[in-house]
Amino acid sequence: MSRVEFMQGNTACAEGALAAGCRFFGGYPITPSTEIAETMARRLPKAGGVFISMEDELASIAAVIGAAWTGARAMTATSGPGFSLMMENIGYAAMTETPCVIVNIQRGGPSTGQPTRAAQGDMLQCRFGSHGDYSTIAITPNSVQEMFDLTAKAFDLADRFRVPTFLMADEIVGHMRERVTIPDAVKVTRSSPLAEDTLPFEAGEDGIPGFAPFGSGRSVHVTGLTHDERGYPDTTDPEAHDRLVRRLVAKVESARREIADYEVVNPDAETVFVTYGPPSRTVEQVMRDRPDDSIGHLRLRVVWPFPEFALQVFPNAEVFLMPELNMGQMVREVQRHVDQPVVSIPKIGGELHTPAELVRALEVYR
Amino acid sequence: MRHEVRFSGYGGQGIILSAVILGRAAALYDGKYAVQTQVYGPEARGGASMGQVVIDDEPILYPEVAEPDIFVIMSQQGFEKYGVLAREDAVMLIDADLVRSRPACRCCEIPATSEAKSTLGREIVANIVMMGALVAATGVVSREAIERAVLDSVPKGTEELNLKALKRGFELGERACNL
Repeated sequence: MSRVEFMQGNTACAEGALAAGCRFFGGYPITPSTEIAETMARRLPKAGGVFISMEDELASIAAVIGAAWTGARAMTATSGPGFSLMMENIGYAAMTETPCVIVNIQRGGPSTGQPTRAAQGDMLQCRFGSHGDYSTIAITPNSVQEMFDLTAKAFDLADRFRVPTFLMADEIVGHMRERVTIPDAVKVTRSSPLAEDTLPFEAGEDGIPGFAPFGSGRSVHVTGLTHDERGYPDTTDPEAHDRLVRRLVAKVESARREIADYEVVNPDAETVFVTYGPPSRTVEQVMRDRPDDSIGHLRLRVVWPFPEFALQVFPNAEVFLMPELNMGQMVREVQRHVDQPVVSIPKIGGELHTPAELVRALEVYR
Repeated sequence: MRHEVRFSGYGGQGIILSAVILGRAAALYDGKYAVQTQVYGPEARGGASMGQVVIDDEPILYPEVAEPDIFVIMSQQGFEKYGVLAREDAVMLIDADLVRSRPACRCCEIPATSEAKSTLGREIVANIVMMGALVAATGVVSREAIERAVLDSVPKGTEELNLKALKRGFELGERACNL
């Protein structure tokens, strides 16, 4: 029997993680993500897991990576300033192909900015924030139910593709309360085990090596240095580096149709909103308030890897409108994939676009 | 129909909890949709605290409160910051002991804090008295739903006190709003 609760988004995120089998949380509490750490601190020990309040965010993500290499599903939760501190080890997780989940309840930045206000200002940071070339997965919930569902999904994607996976939420969905249905069990897909006759970083056609965590019987050397299929450093051979890093990028990018998760409304429309996260709810409100079907909507639940093919679903599109809670970040990605004009509708300061603001934008740009 | 309810008072009165209880009543026990939000700030104790709830029969898309039609105000500062611009056709319940000003809209004066202190013996249940008055005055959720949501949300051992406060609130709400 599933149960129905009236719950805060951050609590739903923690419950989604627990349902997906997360048994390790290492974190440093920060507004507006703190309730995730609080819930995990209360719940994890009773579920046979480990909660550690770490000394800072550098250590938090390091602990999560270590826990993941013991085979545990592991996560941390933070916000902008902590996310910035995690960047170096996020690159380490990408390089070592460590499955882990990083929740960012975004707030206004830069720096300590607006701790209690919502933003979507870290959308490019989650893609490009660590040095070097790599690819990751980023998911954007727009409701309390999705804080549960998509957190659980993030663990599956992290395991399947062996990448750090980001839940890029924000203060609005983190702190709001709504009805949420919590199922008895969620379907869990774990990493493929490392086959016996295969080297630890030897991958098949999908580019994803089998995973042999510590204690599984295989001896695996894990390093952030450029390494060969055995896991041993090989830092001067151009071909070794090219082969490894291209594989790290390709294993995610070549699977973007499989990873993609989006909603399409009115595909014949000439004016199309493209959204992710809470601004999608303002667009849905504007569409419900209109008498006709003249406005299209593409709502992304997965923003990275970017599903550029979803933009082709609107063959009559003459203009794409993109409300974001930043000064225009994902809009750049949309612009480089279409020939039509793409209009940014930025908003910063911490409040969601109102329906009236989007109606005004429609009047100007249609 | 969409209702937007705003609670304000000072930190420590249980303003946010009131909003959560009302949302819970609507979403879990009245079969409606509800979104509860709040202003987060350094208002732990003393400053003006504010929580709000959108309640609708249809799924709630835009989740924020634009223009509340129902107010519950429990401090003068809360009135000045979050109540003074109430639209003319709104209903405002105020704790008459704590708020000096009166709004331009329809106003129900509820002596919640003095009632909680004298009749019920615990000032801390003033927010539950206000909640009872709110439900009696507006019917935004049913009395059964609010009772269940209050019982879900209060500490063990205080159920009877809180139910008494809620029922006293029903009576005060009926009287103050001439029902």
